[in-house]
Amino acid sequence: MINLRIDAQPADAVATPSENGQTDAILMTRSLNFWYGSAYVLENVNCDVRPREVTAIIGPSGCGKSTFLRCFNRMNELIPTARLEGSVVFRNRDIYDRAVDPVEVRRQVGMVFQKPNPFPKSIYENVAYGPRVNGYKGDMDEIVETSLKRAALWDEVKDDLKKSGLALSGGQQQRLCIARALAVQPDVLLMDEPCSALDPIATTRIEDLIRELREQLTIIIVTHNMQQAARISDRTAFFTVAESGAGVLVEVNDTQKLFTTPTDPRTEAYITGRFG
Amino acid sequence: MSAQADAVPAANVWRPSQARRRWSGWLFYGLAVVSTLMGLVMLGALLFDIFTDGVREVDWHFLSNYPSRIADNAGLRSALLGSLWMLAFTAIIAFPLGVGAAIYLEEYAPDNWLTRFIQLNIANLAGVPSIVYGLLGLGLFVRWLELGRVVLAGSMTMALLILPLIIVASREAIRAVPDSLREGSYALGATRWQMVRQTVLPSAAGGILTGTILALARAIGETAPLITIGALTYVAFDPNGPLDIFTVLPIQIFNWVSLPQKEFHSLAAGGIVVLLVVLLTANSLAVYLRYRMQRRLQ
Ligand SMILES: Nc1ncnc2c1ncn2[C@@H]1O[C@H](COP(=O)(O)OP(=O)(O)O)[C@@H](O)[C@H]1O
Ligand SMILES: [Mg+2]
Repeated sequence: MINLRIDAQPADAVATPSENGQTDAILMTRSLNFWYGSAYVLENVNCDVRPREVTAIIGPSGCGKSTFLRCFNRMNELIPTARLEGSVVFRNRDIYDRAVDPVEVRRQVGMVFQKPNPFPKSIYENVAYGPRVNGYKGDMDEIVETSLKRAALWDEVKDDLKKSGLALSGGQQQRLCIARALAVQPDVLLMDEPCSALDPIATTRIEDLIRELREQLTIIIVTHNMQQAARISDRTAFFTVAESGAGVLVEVNDTQKLFTTPTDPRTEAYITGRFG
Repeated sequence: MSAQADAVPAANVWRPSQARRRWSGWLFYGLAVVSTLMGLVMLGALLFDIFTDGVREVDWHFLSNYPSRIADNAGLRSALLGSLWMLAFTAIIAFPLGVGAAIYLEEYAPDNWLTRFIQLNIANLAGVPSIVYGLLGLGLFVRWLELGRVVLAGSMTMALLILPLIIVASREAIRAVPDSLREGSYALGATRWQMVRQTVLPSAAGGILTGTILALARAIGETAPLITIGALTYVAFDPNGPLDIFTVLPIQIFNWVSLPQKEFHSLAAGGIVVLLVVLLTANSLAVYLRYRMQRRLQ
């Protein structure tokens, strides 16, 4: 069995129970505030993400969905002007703690980007990249095959693994990126509008894939498409831009409930198409 | 069309001067063609003149004999070897330094005044006249380090001269690597060095190599700094390593040209042919590498 897992550290950050007293969240943000330079982008976001569920993030463009998503794998700190306050707790540990290495966080919290970004290498090397940089010494062929199967790409590429990843179609490239992310065995997969550059058929394939992967890991997906959120997610978080100009979390609820009986009038306005 | 034209009094119709604009367009086109042709004609004439004079001289005898006072016996063996030795050590010194500096500036350096100051000065260094590098090399390597007038002193001087070119070209190549690849690499748990080593450098390699080859081609042709550090003009033995006394092709050519006898002028033309062949080979290699790497990225 492939084992790359870095064991979760003992709890040194005390998990604050969420409103309804649940502490089973795999990821949660507490008083999360975010700035790009002087631009206030996220205001006091408290959000729980449950394990082995698909959580969709919806909201008007520019409300900070991508920024919020990138807080979960410390991707934002690659931007020099980015500043974060508050905490993001992953498995009872604040990933912004000074003792935590962002490299380790990113191994456990994978990411798929809006535009497919395979490396200009072969399909095989694309998938092997993650295990390699993480020092995996086992059977690489096996990990590549397993990952490509999990990403529902194996049958299409098994005969030319040496072909460049860039030679694939857009939808295949995105599934390659998913396979690449799965190859390091993350617990959480972040997806930032993964279908926005794809045609409807490729989109359907990715949606099917997300439903399958839900059995194995936690997925947080940003989407500008409310139908997609309704189709694939268990829970949905709705963000919007507040008076302050920053993005706020309006409500997070079971997808079914959020789309049928939203508690906040802003959510209702958005999902009925009167705004955004 | 006619209905509208009729409705407006003729005097008020605004008529763009089609004829004049078309005419100035053609004029400019003509000027551009003439300027391009000028360059081509000059280059053609130069090559024709040199090749008619020089090609006859280039044979094995010419390549394998030492320079001599007797034109019939003279060859450029020592100068060719000197150029190759110098080039090899220049590459060994300048390539890692230049690429290292470029990687630091693009991937590691924080964006602050010091970084910007360094960047500005590298751009300035690229414009410093080569004789100044010669003087620096003479003071620093020949005298202060007491290396003497050897290949290594020449290589170090040339390395200084082409370092800014390599840095600038490598930075361009590194900057051309899309950020989406960097993010993709980080997202898989790569450290910064792993990201640079396995994502940025393979993608930038074509541009970096091209820039380095073009910079080295410049080093082959440079004469002034080597005259300054005293690369001898008469070397009748093979330079066999970095600490041997040497001369280079352009100095040998210069030496022959400055002699009064006609036969030596033909030898100079032959030397230029050899130099041009080396240069054109290097440039073609650079073009080929760029083409191949670009194809690989698509
Ligand atoms: N790298 C950045 N530097 C400065 N501002 C940024 C940067 N990225 C995003 N922003 C700004 O932050 C806000 C939120 O952006 P983003 O998170 O991309 O929103 P969304 O994904 O919901 O469209 C926007 O106003 C955007 O202009
Ligand atoms: Mg976005």
